[in-house]
Amino acid sequence: MKGLSVSKAVTALMLAGLVLLPLYSYLSGNVFILTLFTRIVILALAAASLNLIMGFGGMMSFGHAAYLGIGGYAVGMLAQEGVGSGFIQFPVALAASAIYALVIGALSLRTRGVYFIMITLAFAQMAYYVASGLARYGGDDGLTVYKRSDFSGLINLSNRTQFYYLCLACLFGVIFLIWRIVNSRFGLVVQGLRSNEQRMQAIGFPAKRYQLVCFVISGTMCGLAGALLANNTDFVSPAVMYWTRSGDLMVMVILGGMGTLLGPVMGAVVYLLLEEFLSQITEYWALIMGPLLLLIVLFGRGGIMGLLGRAGRG
Amino acid sequence: MAEPLLRVEKLVRRFGGIVATDHVSLDVASGELHAIIGPNGAGKTTLISQLTGHLAPHAGSVSLGGRDITYLPAYRRCALGLARSFQITSLLLDFTAADNVALAAQAHAGTSFRFFANARKEKGLRAAAHAALDRVGLAHRADVLVSKLSHGERRQIELAVALASKPKLLLLDEPMAGLGVTESQGMVKLLQELRKEVSIVLVEHDMPAVFALADRISVLVYGRVIASGNPDAIRANEDVKRAYLGDQHVVTHHG
Repeated sequence: MKGLSVSKAVTALMLAGLVLLPLYSYLSGNVFILTLFTRIVILALAAASLNLIMGFGGMMSFGHAAYLGIGGYAVGMLAQEGVGSGFIQFPVALAASAIYALVIGALSLRTRGVYFIMITLAFAQMAYYVASGLARYGGDDGLTVYKRSDFSGLINLSNRTQFYYLCLACLFGVIFLIWRIVNSRFGLVVQGLRSNEQRMQAIGFPAKRYQLVCFVISGTMCGLAGALLANNTDFVSPAVMYWTRSGDLMVMVILGGMGTLLGPVMGAVVYLLLEEFLSQITEYWALIMGPLLLLIVLFGRGGIMGLLGRAGRG
Repeated sequence: MAEPLLRVEKLVRRFGGIVATDHVSLDVASGELHAIIGPNGAGKTTLISQLTGHLAPHAGSVSLGGRDITYLPAYRRCALGLARSFQITSLLLDFTAADNVALAAQAHAGTSFRFFANARKEKGLRAAAHAALDRVGLAHRADVLVSKLSHGERRQIELAVALASKPKLLLLDEPMAGLGVTESQGMVKLLQELRKEVSIVLVEHDMPAVFALADRISVLVYGRVIASGNPDAIRANEDVKRAYLGDQHVVTHHG
């Protein structure tokens, strides 16, 4: 019980911090921290979506950054073609991500284990090279988004605070949805399949159908993160789809705690803050980050959430 | 006799040059407990796997209630009323006993493409799970993670999971495997109760149990059925004695 309360307290503190951050930024005059945390919140959303298939569904997708790119390019390409309305851009970003997930998932889910990891990686790299080849949309150099998505006065994405709260609302919304899904009939089936596919087939569940739907839900959620990210950076390039970015997302999930509701958020906050902090100290920050992550993965089974749980129990 | 519940006709399955199932035919009548015995390597598990749909036969047919199910995938057979237990316990270890059983009930109670409502709060599913657990005498362990349960208890959960799908036919692959003497006796008693409600195909090494429970016994040797009949007939059968005398004396001993 006490273990639960420690991790709960830290989680609550983190969430309160995220909600109050713009206030701190305003009072201290530190604008940079708001920009930094907008990025953290968006990538936390992406990590949370990955956690749905990886942590709860047991599907180790190594190509999740592809959706960041697809969502981002949907916004960027539409903006370039003169369609500036967010009411069109965002639905298109989500739909494109869902369709990509449906096709990739249908093909990838024929495989298991390492092959699944490799095939999702391969597809994401294909998406990366396709984006690099889009000469009209900047190719390798990427595409500048000159005007952020326009929600006709409802919310102004160019206002830092408003945009931050939009991202945060999206994150909380997605976490809420994942919470409901995980405890629903569907969620129990997906987690059952992670645990023992043979048993689930034997009691009458066709595995692939459920896993594919889960894969599509996750991809769509990450597409939302992509659309937000393009607005945040006013720029989208093939680099957001590169495999190292997929790796970053996986690290955030594992670091925070796979299969926990708020672990990925914790993971994203810690990982990106560490990256920011260490890269200010030395340009060889990866040399410190690497072993640090290794330690957490080796000794903190269940990631930060697992550590907090054990710390509470003493 | 009416149409048998399960009819297996001239089933053949080869692994390379070895014929693991060699033109096996057998009928299971509704309400019957049909045991399949045979020495190690006789092809019992291969046969069961073809009945459950985990392995496709090379020839022959399997039908359930008059419907051809030879090439249906496992989950479809389950929907038609075929449930199985595994020889090596196969459960969701990180789920509670109740969750394991409730999922089996869920598979047979409407669609599972429901994304919002809390499935653990569905009274119907919980009640079904509780009833099945109660049936095997494990209601008091409902909220314990399966990974924390003993081997014997897991064997009972296997049975509860199979029961929760309200099957017409239960395929039990060595339910006594690894059980102690008292646990085995408990299992026999339980099966004696269950057979009143559901038809059962029982694959088992425990000869006293088989002879105490079965209406009919089929003896499988090298993939072929060498004898099929009631326990007395099997006990008296010369071919069966010969087949078993090589490695085991169980039939003559306990018979």
